[in-house]
Amino acid sequence: MAPLVPSSQPWVEKYRPRQVKDVAHQEEVVRVLTNTLETADLPHMLFYGPPGTGKTTTALAIAYQLYGPELYKSRVLELNASDERGINVVRTKIKDFAAVAVGSARKGGYPCPPYKIIILDEADSMTEDAQNALRRTMETYSKVTRFFFICNYISRIIEPLASRCAKFRFKPLSEDVMSNRILHICNEEGLTLDAQALSTLSAISQGDLRRAITYLQSAARLFGSSISSSDLISVSGAIPEDIVKSLLVACKSGEFDVANKEVSNIIADGYPVSQLLSQFLDVIVNADDIPDEHKARICRKLGEADKCLVDGADEYLQLLDMASETIRALFNIPQGLVF
Amino acid sequence: MLWVDKHRPKTLDKVIVHEQVAQNLKKFVAEQDCPHLLFYGPPGSGKKTLIMALIKQMFGAGVEKVKMENKTWKIDTGTRTFDLELAMLSSSHHVEMNPSDAGFQDRYVVQEVIKEMAKSRPIDAKGKRAFKVLVLNEVDKLSREAQHSLRRTMEKYSASCRLILCCNSSSKVTEAVRSRCLNVRVNAPTEDQIVQVLEFIGKKENLQLPFGFAARIAAQSNRNLRRAILFFETCKVQQYPFSANQVAPPLDWEQYVSEIATEILSEQSPKRLYSVRQKFYELLVNCIPPESILKKLLTELMKKLDSDLKHEVCHWAAHYEHKMRLGSKAIFHLEAFVAKFMSIYKEFLCAAFG
Repeated sequence: MAPLVPSSQPWVEKYRPRQVKDVAHQEEVVRVLTNTLETADLPHMLFYGPPGTGKTTTALAIAYQLYGPELYKSRVLELNASDERGINVVRTKIKDFAAVAVGSARKGGYPCPPYKIIILDEADSMTEDAQNALRRTMETYSKVTRFFFICNYISRIIEPLASRCAKFRFKPLSEDVMSNRILHICNEEGLTLDAQALSTLSAISQGDLRRAITYLQSAARLFGSSISSSDLISVSGAIPEDIVKSLLVACKSGEFDVANKEVSNIIADGYPVSQLLSQFLDVIVNADDIPDEHKARICRKLGEADKCLVDGADEYLQLLDMASETIRALFNIPQGLVF
Repeated sequence: MLWVDKHRPKTLDKVIVHEQVAQNLKKFVAEQDCPHLLFYGPPGSGKKTLIMALIKQMFGAGVEKVKMENKTWKIDTGTRTFDLELAMLSSSHHVEMNPSDAGFQDRYVVQEVIKEMAKSRPIDAKGKRAFKVLVLNEVDKLSREAQHSLRRTMEKYSASCRLILCCNSSSKVTEAVRSRCLNVRVNAPTEDQIVQVLEFIGKKENLQLPFGFAARIAAQSNRNLRRAILFFETCKVQQYPFSANQVAPPLDWEQYVSEIATEILSEQSPKRLYSVRQKFYELLVNCIPPESILKKLLTELMKKLDSDLKHEVCHWAAHYEHKMRLGSKAIFHLEAFVAKFMSIYKEFLCAAFG
């Protein structure tokens, strides 16, 4: 089948806002940027915030509104983490692109200011060396080039770079804004989504609009046009609430073997443990009948287990260890054996 | 032919265990198109069966004519060039491979192979199905770099090839890759379902199953369908007609590990540690994965411990398994676990019995 039949285009791309003013929920950012767009005078910019809040969308929209479709290709260089982006690229590709001067030919009603834009997506995964190499480049060519840095963690951008940019923080989307957007897409695509499914979708995507849209599309492909909340859960890989609760109940029984059996079942059902840990954390933090001290102890263990999983440790053993520590915390059994 | 292969469902309609998943996958067959897919689930749960059934229904019988080849790719990294060899199974519609076999060079495999597949795009008479399917096994063992380059490649070449990824634990696949795929969780079959499958096979093979026999095998299999069917076949070879209380012999390496456990529990001394080391070496040279050894050993030890000790022992097992993952020599960590266990157990015995 042809590659770009409408159905196979990701909805994330299809419904990406094309104009800065359409970007949802980032009022301050949008207000400032609309002003700068009118004057077509941009500083270097640094967008940061959690995934799926519209950073890349905003950057692309600005570039688009400045240059229009014709000049876009020649004026904008987009690099993201999957492209090769070591110090070599900074020294050659970025520098070469930055060095070329351009005129301000006004075309087709677009401002077309006399500079180019380099968008560095996921800039926090650039090495420190590469970032350092950028410092001078940014200043030297600031007449003809503007840099947009996009990242999740501003702390991973070196201070000299950050101080050269205007910073914009993107905040996670609130439930209302998210629901509006989702309902809009549902209307366009002819999907029916009940209220419960909608709130589930907001909950599992945790303020990340891109994730919400991706889940919605997968669910639509798999289950057809009417989507229930359990469909969304199964697509997202989230773990049903009662499974997490039953693990806590098993821990509360105080019996190691009961917990062990529950853990084996969870592993056999193929639930991702890292996901389980974060959902277990929510349950623990919100539990009313566990004293703070015990909560703290359990949370510490959750953190350790998560780190081990990142290192590639075995899921069964880590989950079992976590469950056993939870039992010990709940029943006040000290860590380590005392005889 | 082994029963595992002989009775593997060839189409999505014949799947017994994961009917719901199969129903959903059938929609893709009807559409003649599918997104990238990520199958995850414990071993022996039927991921591969579902994948093969899906591909077969999409492309027809052509996918069964597979050839095995050892392909060599010339890799040019800019600074140096080298050859990379990898085994792959391919038919005219799909290619199946295990990129993590390439070790730390897995990144190049991911990039090169997909690029090559994208170049040779199949053209059907009706202009349909102009894509190939690339099945990648064990993606959870891929290095982080390989997974990162995978995500760009997935987007770039999505026109001419679809990826079907298959792994045991989805927490080891990066979020970026996961979010680009449709995730399909394949849970291990329950014991009842295993019984159902065994009875189905029994009927096909014209065997008489005594009451409770299938249930016993299912219980022994630890919810692993492949293992259950292998056990079943072993029993058949061992003795037919089945006797009422026949059990399949446990796997020999598991037997061996439980012997180790008994030894450790009976005596805790440096001398015993030394003899255990020999046995670990024996297991390791026979290519038993060290994590499996540690897990089995833990289960065996757990059977005979007090509940206080269980907490402690499972904590240390998790600790040493983590260390094992970080380090490179498994034997050190296995032995360290045994030494730790011995010291805890001995202390416990001294405190309890003086």
